[in-house]
Order: sequence, then C-alpha cells, then structure tokens
Amino acid sequence: MEQEFLIKGSWLIVAMPEEVDHHSAAILRNRVDAILDHQPVRHVAFDFSRTTFMDSSGIGMIMGRYRKVIQKNGEVRAIHVDDRINRILQLSGIYKIIEISRENSEEN
Amino acid sequence: MGNTNEMMIEFDSRSCNEGFARVAVAAFVTQLNPTLEEVADIKTAISEAITNSIIHGYENEVKKIRIQCSVREREFSVSVIDYGKGIEDIEKAMEPLFTTKPEKDRAGMGFAFMEAFMDSVEVISSPGHGCTVHMKKKIGTGIIPFM
Repeated sequence: MEQEFLIKGSWLIVAMPEEVDHHSAAILRNRVDAILDHQPVRHVAFDFSRTTFMDSSGIGMIMGRYRKVIQKNGEVRAIHVDDRINRILQLSGIYKIIEISRENSEEN
Repeated sequence: MGNTNEMMIEFDSRSCNEGFARVAVAAFVTQLNPTLEEVADIKTAISEAITNSIIHGYENEVKKIRIQCSVREREFSVSVIDYGKGIEDIEKAMEPLFTTKPEKDRAGMGFAFMEAFMDSVEVISSPGHGCTVHMKKKIGTGIIPFM
C-alpha cells in the first residue's frame, strides 16, 4: 500500500504505520480526525499490513475514532491483522466493538 | 555472581524517543537468545512504561527517563524510572481500563499490558516522588505465555 489514506465510498482506509506507539498514534489521530471531519466518510478500516509493533496507545487511538464514527452510525474494522496485532487487539477487549479480519474485508 | 550483565540508558521524555528506547532494550536482551515473541513482549512492556512516564509522570514536560536493565542467568530485569509527579493510588492506576486521561484517547491498558507480557510487574511510587516500574521475565523457557 502506497497511500496512507484511501477513501472508497463511505469507507476511509488508513494504512497503519510500521510502529504504532504513543508518538505515531498522536500524529495519526489528528490526520484521521481531519478527514472524518471534512470528508463524507462514515466507516474507518485500519489496515495493519505493514505494522510490526503496536502498544496500548494504538488501542486508545482506535477507541477514540470508534467513538467518533458511531455518532455517524459508522463502523470500525481492523484488517490485514497478523498474530501479534491480533493478540494485542484481543487482550485489550476492543474486539468486542470492532470487527477484526486477517484479510481485507472493508468491501463486504 | 554467575552470569550477569547490566546496562543503563537515560534520555529525554520526548515521545520520539519511545522507539529508540524499546529497541535499545530489545537489543540488550538478544544476548539471551530470545524468541521473536519474547522480544515483542518486552518491547511492548517497555513502551507502555515509558509512555506512562511521559504522559502521566511528566505530563509532557521534557525531563529524564532512566532505564536500568540486567540479566542474570536466563532472567531479564528492567526498571523504568521517572522523577515526575508520582502515583497516588497505585492499585487504582493498575486496574484495566482505568485512566485519568480518557480525553487524550488513553485506553487505560498500560499496566494490564505490562502484566500480560512480563512475568512480574512491581510499581513503586508516591505523590511528588516519581515512579519506578520493575519488571522481570524469564527468557527461553519454551513456554508460550497467554494464548
């Protein structure tokens, strides 16, 4: 994936960075929110294709975006999730509110 | 004293140092020939502790964070130390989902992740006296923790 942000219909697809920590999550949050506020998108898919590291700051960032999109009746998904990222998502309990997929499922 | 080895790093509490610090610690641990999973566990736990110091201990002021690491036989020990505002109620702070900064998108999972990925986590702190997080993990036990 070359582009960091891709809009497909009502979906915003966010290419997550290689390392998702407090530092990168804070930068990403501002950029995602700017798109959510100004573009006609309702749903967000976080694409973990190239991500090798994530800590709880990534969970906080996803939860914050979830709170934002549910106000527009939207949904949040995590796609291209590997074992490590899946473990972090499961451990945090966030799997209860977002759909997690090993494949690309934002166009079902 | 058997097989022991130690290292210490100190750096500014800037978020851009989080990646450097966890990679430095991971590099130190490689002498124990850890699995990729064990390295990832340690990196995550270190990242959580440093993030706590930056956001909560120093509330984004730029001061110093110190990390002391040692290995003894197959056990890795690390202390993440800040000299910030400290924690009033440690038990409460360690509860999963508890956070004092929900508006900043904090998940309240920092200590829970440290506990999930390390064998032991001990927090020493009092208001005005900074915070020290001691963590230990046995490397190369062949047991897959959690999952």
